[in-house]
Amino acid sequence: MHFSIQNLLFLLVALAGFGLFVWQARKVRANILVGRDRDMSGNVSERLNKTLLVAFGQQKMFKRITPALLHLVVYVGFLVINIEVIEIMIDGLFGTHRALSFLGPLYNVLMATNEILGALVILAVAAFWWRRNSKPPVRRFTGPELRAWPKLDANVILYIEVILMVALFTMNASDLKLHQLEGVDLPGTFPISSLLTGLLPSSVAALEVLERVGWWAHIVGILCFLNYLPSSKHFHIILAFPNVFYSRLVPQGQFSNVDSITHEVKAMMDPSYVVPAPATNPDGSAVAPTPFGAKDVNDLAWTNLLNAYSCTECGRCTSVCPANLTGKLLSPRKIIMDTRDRVEEKYNSPLIFHPNMYGAEAKHAEQETLDKENHTLLRGYVTPEELWACTTCNACVEACPVNINPLESIIEMRRFLVLEESAAPNSLNVMFSNIENNGAPWAFSPSDRFNWADDLFVTEKA
Amino acid sequence: MAEQLAKRPINVPLMSNLAAAGEEPEILFWVGCAGAFDDRYKRVTRAFVQILEHVGVKYAVLGMEETCTGDPAKRAGNEFLFQMQAVQNITTFEGYGIKKIVTACPHCFNTIKNEYPALGGNYDVIHHSTFLQQLINEGRVGVSGGGEFKGQRITFHDSCYLGRANNIYEAPRDVLATLDADLVEMKRSKANGLCCGAGGAQMWKEPEPGKKDINVERTEEALATLDGNAAALANLYGVESGNAGATPSARNDQRGIIAVSCPFCMTMMSDGVKNKERESTVQVFDIAELIATAEGLNA
Repeated sequence: MHFSIQNLLFLLVALAGFGLFVWQARKVRANILVGRDRDMSGNVSERLNKTLLVAFGQQKMFKRITPALLHLVVYVGFLVINIEVIEIMIDGLFGTHRALSFLGPLYNVLMATNEILGALVILAVAAFWWRRNSKPPVRRFTGPELRAWPKLDANVILYIEVILMVALFTMNASDLKLHQLEGVDLPGTFPISSLLTGLLPSSVAALEVLERVGWWAHIVGILCFLNYLPSSKHFHIILAFPNVFYSRLVPQGQFSNVDSITHEVKAMMDPSYVVPAPATNPDGSAVAPTPFGAKDVNDLAWTNLLNAYSCTECGRCTSVCPANLTGKLLSPRKIIMDTRDRVEEKYNSPLIFHPNMYGAEAKHAEQETLDKENHTLLRGYVTPEELWACTTCNACVEACPVNINPLESIIEMRRFLVLEESAAPNSLNVMFSNIENNGAPWAFSPSDRFNWADDLFVTEKA
Repeated sequence: MAEQLAKRPINVPLMSNLAAAGEEPEILFWVGCAGAFDDRYKRVTRAFVQILEHVGVKYAVLGMEETCTGDPAKRAGNEFLFQMQAVQNITTFEGYGIKKIVTACPHCFNTIKNEYPALGGNYDVIHHSTFLQQLINEGRVGVSGGGEFKGQRITFHDSCYLGRANNIYEAPRDVLATLDADLVEMKRSKANGLCCGAGGAQMWKEPEPGKKDINVERTEEALATLDGNAAALANLYGVESGNAGATPSARNDQRGIIAVSCPFCMTMMSDGVKNKERESTVQVFDIAELIATAEGLNA
């Protein structure tokens, strides 16, 4: 162990990197918690089970085998290579060299696995890049919400992953060659780096520099990547886990009940019903009433905002949406991405913040006025035309690999349109009044309701 | 020797009459608005009642005491109207002490089963596909061997509110399996099923501007699957991989049946078949109609 200025520098870099991340994570947490309160406690074992299957086990990814396998490589690579990152942290702080090499044969296995996964990650990333950037790309990587920043972001993630892997191989290969030149055995087995040593210079001084460059590039790269996450769709590598944990356990067809309306309805039906006293602030003043449904991000539940931060913009939801498939404006992914853009615009912004800008193609229904009053999630980002195109079929909910629920947000915004603004399409208003007047959504007379039973026979053996 | 068949008139029992006589039915058959008013779906209601009569289940209906569950209002965001309807229905159920409800509408099924409990209504709610599956398992129906449907090509279209909403995929398929028909699955089936386009209150409004109506997309898939038309299917699914607009498929006039288990799917798929001018070869039936016909109950 030889402690040096490098170790001090590393300590400072690591502290700065993690400190900055904690600062950013707290801002994200605050953003999520502007959402309405919603009790998701209880059922811990059922939730853990689901998290194990869906998040750790990638269960829903395997509906599409090609991307599932490619993603699995990068995911397992991320998990396993992190063990080498632990070693880098120890070496960096204490001036050791390959601190985990005392593991002996296990260390050989570990290093060999790392190297093979590292090579596979580069191949998988190349395939990912091709799927996004070939002409034409895979359809779900297109769409009005996937231009400019989201498109660049997706590629930046891939480039960073390649840079990290190249740094890892630079470090291992030059370390290996240094040891070969010195005639000393390097602990560990390096199946890929041993193929690369021929590409490296044979000067010890140059190799020493290269090894350090690789080492620093890998760890600084990781710290930079960590701090890039809160600005990126890649945040899903962390938030997918809590998002799945806090996803709904009830049947997908069950829409939430609006309790404040229940009190009103029960009081109307039964004059003796006692409506609970309105909530009060700690100082005794009444809590300002919240609107029915959602006009802006803070009217959504915190879980809907967590959804927005967990989205990796993969577009599986949009690619199975019947409305989107048949050319309607609705894209469930856009609703989720808009939610994140809006919460970051209204509250805390991440380091890099480029909210999506949509052209006329995304708003062809009505020319929305972008005055301050209407610059909210509803209308400022999501148009009523998108919301009314939804068939509530749950295909998007079923498709999401991390259990995001775009349908909940759509229904909350529909509720605002109908209950606060009476802004339903006219034909739906007709349906509402039919239910009110005839007890059926069609204009039939209630007295005809039992006519179906007239002249009915059953044929049976005599 | 030909069997002697007899037509027996059915006097559908009303819950109010049973209650007056101090009797309790085994099940309440919830007809739903489509089942009561829609001319096409009334035939499904009648077929299901024929099955109930045939097996001798003690059932009752609410008749004019039934009113919309509130499903379309809730999906459209009108929570107030939904709850008004729900509380009214729950009051009716409680008045009669209803415990078990069977319905042929997945939307009524989902709403009563999943959304009434929050308003104080807790019932054992069963969709007619599950109910028929139980009757089949008990050997009470489905013993005909398929009758006229034996060997016919049938594809089942999943209702979203039965399937993804409530994870019921096998019951309707088990019912169809008793027909000894040539069952073919669409690629987009079960959890990956494609909506007919009517859910979420779309039934009562024009679709938003787009390239195609959803029911046409789904009907094209059902027809191409029944026809075994690989080119048409490749064209349909090609949209996924950016292949849209390939050559239209050759016309195929294979006979077949699209089986459904939902009144809205019935309307949408029937309209789709008309749109594709295939009414002469392809029919849309509810699973209860298929069973009633196979058993000769409506001969």
